[in-house]
Amino acid sequence: MTTLTVSRKRYLPILATLVMLVGAFGFGSARYDGFADSQVVLNLLIDNAFLLVVAAGMTFVILSGGIDLSVGSVVALSTLVSAKLLGHGWPAPVVILVVLVIGASLGLGMGAVIHFFELQPFVVTLAGMFLARGLCYTISVESISITNPFFTYVAQTPISLPGGTHVSIGVVIALVVVAVGVYVLHYTRFGRTVYAVGGSEQSAMLMGLPVGRTKIQIYAVSGFCSALGGLLLAFYTLSGNPLHAIGMELDAIAAVVIGGTVLTGGSGYLLGTVLGVTVLGVIQTLITFDGTLSSWWTRIVIGALLFLFIVLQRLVTRRTR
Amino acid sequence: MPAEILRMTGIRKEFAGVVALDDVDFRLFPGEVHALMGENGAGKSTLIKVLTGVHGVDAGTVLFAGEPVSFAGPAAAQRGGVSTVYQEVNLCPNLSVAENILLGREPRRFGRIHWSALRRRAVELLARLEVSLDVSAPLGQQSIAVQQLVAIARALDVDARVLVLDEPTSSLDPGEVERLLGVMRSLRAQGMAILFVSHFIDQVLAIADRMTVLRNGKLVGEYTDITARELVAKMIGKDLPVLEGLRGEVRHGEGTLMQASDLGRKGSVAPFSLEISRGSVLGLAGLLGSGRTELARLLFGADHADSGEVRIDDTPVALRSPRVAVSKGIAFCSENRKTEGLIQDLTVRENIILAMQAARGWTRPLSRRRQDEIVARSIELLDIRPADPEARAGDLSGGNQQKVLLARWLITEPKLLILDEPTRGIDVGAKAEIQRLVAELTADGMAVVFISAELEEVLRVSDKVAVLRDRHVVAQLANDSLTPDDIMATIADGGER
Ligand SMILES: Nc1ncnc2c1ncn2[C@@H]1O[C@H](COP(=O)(O)OP(=O)(O)O)[C@@H](O)[C@H]1O
Ligand SMILES: [Mg+2]
Repeated sequence: MTTLTVSRKRYLPILATLVMLVGAFGFGSARYDGFADSQVVLNLLIDNAFLLVVAAGMTFVILSGGIDLSVGSVVALSTLVSAKLLGHGWPAPVVILVVLVIGASLGLGMGAVIHFFELQPFVVTLAGMFLARGLCYTISVESISITNPFFTYVAQTPISLPGGTHVSIGVVIALVVVAVGVYVLHYTRFGRTVYAVGGSEQSAMLMGLPVGRTKIQIYAVSGFCSALGGLLLAFYTLSGNPLHAIGMELDAIAAVVIGGTVLTGGSGYLLGTVLGVTVLGVIQTLITFDGTLSSWWTRIVIGALLFLFIVLQRLVTRRTR
Repeated sequence: MPAEILRMTGIRKEFAGVVALDDVDFRLFPGEVHALMGENGAGKSTLIKVLTGVHGVDAGTVLFAGEPVSFAGPAAAQRGGVSTVYQEVNLCPNLSVAENILLGREPRRFGRIHWSALRRRAVELLARLEVSLDVSAPLGQQSIAVQQLVAIARALDVDARVLVLDEPTSSLDPGEVERLLGVMRSLRAQGMAILFVSHFIDQVLAIADRMTVLRNGKLVGEYTDITARELVAKMIGKDLPVLEGLRGEVRHGEGTLMQASDLGRKGSVAPFSLEISRGSVLGLAGLLGSGRTELARLLFGADHADSGEVRIDDTPVALRSPRVAVSKGIAFCSENRKTEGLIQDLTVRENIILAMQAARGWTRPLSRRRQDEIVARSIELLDIRPADPEARAGDLSGGNQQKVLLARWLITEPKLLILDEPTRGIDVGAKAEIQRLVAELTADGMAVVFISAELEEVLRVSDKVAVLRDRHVVAQLANDSLTPDDIMATIADGGER
């Protein structure tokens, strides 16, 4: 009996997100014509596929009790590296590979610095954020457009769904990332170690778990996801730009937290992050549909939601003590 | 006798100037339980951490099955065949019980964790300790005793040749201890080498084949046949301090300080009425989980009562929060000194000053000289070792951490001091000191509520004993010639005699 209520409590933040999502959606469809159109919903995924991938990587980091501020810069760097190399005539598969390797290596490097020098992730990834953003400007100070046929194909080929709707290839990639992420977190030793490290790093070490290796891998995962997110953004915008994804790390963190993952680590679910990203998307869509509100309202609403969730999480964790 | 599985020779370990181990030898044979004995701070946990690679050694060698080894960390030690339960419960509260037992060696199928097999295996392992509970519930929901059993179950699962148990019984009740000793006996019969640390001398004498005694980081000797009295003398390096006869007459105190009437909280403690008198000790006795801590938390305002009232000096008081309680002169030393009491990363001085500073308000800081004076006095009064106000609190041994916590509250000069398991996990010497301190404090007019799982100890210090059972106060007995058996009987028949 008690265990039942207890485990239900663990899902409470996610349930709250879900309720809010449904509420916001219901509000939108009652108020605006065409809001409930299924293509509108799918557009929401199309427009946020890259954020979803980045937030998935961020979920790993936050679950382990860390933070990764470098993701936005790595996304921008990835778009630029893609645009530049494609401009030099490199074949698309090679470019994609190079970009993913760069992202994962940057993450790996930051993870290694965090682990071996016992530094705060906040500071190390802050440095990584400046570094990656700076590197962008060494490649180009302005936008480079992408004309590579493979990239344009991926950008412009819709995948048709029943009912005359469609999604982009980017959405499919993002959903695959989420599926793999859920599997890894739930069914692999690495994934469970992520939770253990987030619960108590000291305990995880004394339990004989490979804490150091896991921490480094987590940042590599986040770096990889950022690079992949960057590629999706490059597909989506068909350009590389040093100004892409400024402040995106904060959107990713917001999505993770609104999705019910506790910032101190150890508790949360990747599917929650999917909901979190969707909530952000719905808010954007609502504000677009309204047409009279400035886009800054998105920020204000996200801010309010974050407060709400942090308080909610505190209430839930306090009850279960 | 078979060849030794483990031999540590000339081990030396220093922490920033503190010599924790100095030229210590230790050996362990297959099929024996070898107890490592010593006062708090003697270096027992450090020796274990050196063995399992949590700390590096400064000098000395470790031979494992005849080969020189130097484990890189707990993970390597585990793979090498040394399974360890460290002193403080070290598990992840956010994960399920089952995962805490099996994380790192989960049953897998097709490369993925086989969850149902994992739960089944966890249930089996707990069954060896005769514990049955919902293994998919998060560990953080369980009592400390259950968490300790989970840590032990985890260690039992490994294919180990050496099992190290550092004070595994500190929060277990007698039945649970008996079951653990039973498991240890059967493992021993299968040839496992067991290193056992415990402060309960009778447990040690009951099970150990051999004992090594450490004192102040030095080896005192290895013994096979020794009496309890001799053992204690070796541990503290002098003859047994008089533990007996600490109390003389029953004191009825000097007037009522605090009066609780029908105080209770749903799901925590049933309504009870109690009187606490100045200059006397009220003991709380009862089994683990009987509501002792919960009762204390009500008296301190850490939990809210949903019925009844509290009067202090005959004026009703709403104990809305610990802050209010502190302002009324109540102090509470929590049982969970690691997570609720000490701040591990602050120094001894900072930890001691904390409550006093909070009571003064942060706008009126204590001068550094005043702090140094107060802290020096506390360190001397309580004999905190090392006597270094700038030592990191987390580096102190359990007994000394407890003393720091006590010092913190004592300098606020409370009228009522609530001590929840102040002697858990600390050695006889420090225990006797704390008991003596309680007697001294009450002689000066302080009222004390004393909680302990050890009935002998409750009886040794208390003037009156409130007995709890299943979250009810079932009896309040004046402690003249009470025996542990009387209390057990009261618990057994719920006070209806
Ligand atoms: N990590 C550490 N840093 C500094 N000093 C430590 C550390 N761990 C233990 N010590 C010191 O080493 C001594 C031995 O402690 P410990 O091995 O925990 O004692 P025991 O387990 O016998 O009670 C104590 O004086 C303690 O303060
Ligand atoms: Mg110890």
